[in-house]
Amino acid sequence: MSVATDSNEKFARYAHPERLVSTQWLADNAGTEGLVVVESDEDVLLYETGHIEGAVKIDWHTDLNDEVTRDYVDGEGFARLMSAKGISRDSTVVIYGDKSNWWAAYALWVFTLFGHEDVRLLDGGRDKWIAEGRPLTTDVPQPQPTDYPVVKRNDAPIRAYLSDVLDHFGNPLIDVRSPEEYTGARTHMPAYPEEGALRGGHIPSAVSVPWARAAAEDGTFRTREELDAIYRGEAGLAEGDDVVAYCRIGERSSHTWFVLQHLLGFQNVRNYDGSWTEWGNVVRVPIVKGAEPGAAPVPAGQR
Amino acid sequence: METTELPQQLAEIVDDFQALSEPDRLQLLLEFSRGLPPLPDRLLDHPELLEQVVECQSPLFLTLDIADDTERSVSLFFSAPPEAPTTRGFAGVLQEGLDGLPAAQILAVPDDVPERLGLTRAITPLRMRGMAAMLGRIKRKIRESGAA
Repeated sequence: MSVATDSNEKFARYAHPERLVSTQWLADNAGTEGLVVVESDEDVLLYETGHIEGAVKIDWHTDLNDEVTRDYVDGEGFARLMSAKGISRDSTVVIYGDKSNWWAAYALWVFTLFGHEDVRLLDGGRDKWIAEGRPLTTDVPQPQPTDYPVVKRNDAPIRAYLSDVLDHFGNPLIDVRSPEEYTGARTHMPAYPEEGALRGGHIPSAVSVPWARAAAEDGTFRTREELDAIYRGEAGLAEGDDVVAYCRIGERSSHTWFVLQHLLGFQNVRNYDGSWTEWGNVVRVPIVKGAEPGAAPVPAGQR
Repeated sequence: METTELPQQLAEIVDDFQALSEPDRLQLLLEFSRGLPPLPDRLLDHPELLEQVVECQSPLFLTLDIADDTERSVSLFFSAPPEAPTTRGFAGVLQEGLDGLPAAQILAVPDDVPERLGLTRAITPLRMRGMAAMLGRIKRKIRESGAA
């Protein structure tokens, strides 16, 4: 059972307005039957310091990643997680988090790998809710377990593997990391630790559009017009393009994936979650250093 | 081996963590985050006296004072924002585990202490390295002061 969408005017300009809700909508719809609110943060303890009443926590590292393989949980694991969080297959799920919904978008992308239909982001995330003086609680809900079905993860439509990227050359690639990471001056985010990539630079032909450009000062998504100017104007994306976005481990590029797929309506957008921590370490894959995108090599399949 | 033994006040904290299940360990880390003492006024007024540990994922600043006594005992001061509870928690563990100890004893603390808290599954390697970096920075500052 789907909860009514937010009829906010700003959202109406996006390709899929039903993917966003405002803080006011969430306050108005709290406790509605069929609605589950999820907090997903970078900091594993932030939820415990206070969260929106009724919200359950999903941690990207302990809940969504496989414990052993560098991969996401499988259908059984996802069904167990959903059941534990009180989420049914037809629940409306609203996800919010810290850092302009960076990790919330990542969680939403993983929900999408399992085809969970009605999953939305809270525009502005945790910071906007707090900035508006809305209440937090430390009460942790104890949801009734649900009977969530075991659904096979369907990666192909929205997830690119290394081999997919090698075949993708000639089509648009968006690098959403910081300019310093893009040029190869550094292999990790400014003010973040080195995270084990042996080479600095970017995937040949990738255009640099740092993820945070899609977010306004208050953490909300920029308007349709602003986003069109950035992605269609500056980055040169055109209707019908097949796009791959990447970052360091796939979290920041989930945010850009959300923007391209749901706000701007591109239908073929994949997130390369292996990202630079894979590409920057692989033997003999081409990279480019410096501020220029560089030429696209011949796709692997055509050599 | 004597060099890998922890100072008693730090060993007690490690034992407390080890005695708990993983969710309870996170809860304990949250308590350390809440218990991290605020900076004294003289440092609040002079943030330039603090050094940022850039290896931490969230802003973490620290400084220390070394007393002019025979033991060269060390006082530790940390600052991290409330929206970074994991970083604050690690700072709280080091504050309670090391504050007031002689400089030589802090320098002898093994670098793998963060891993002994039993949080390596629940907390990403990146963050665990942030705590190791805090300990490393404390030791470096002690060495630079010539106190050991």
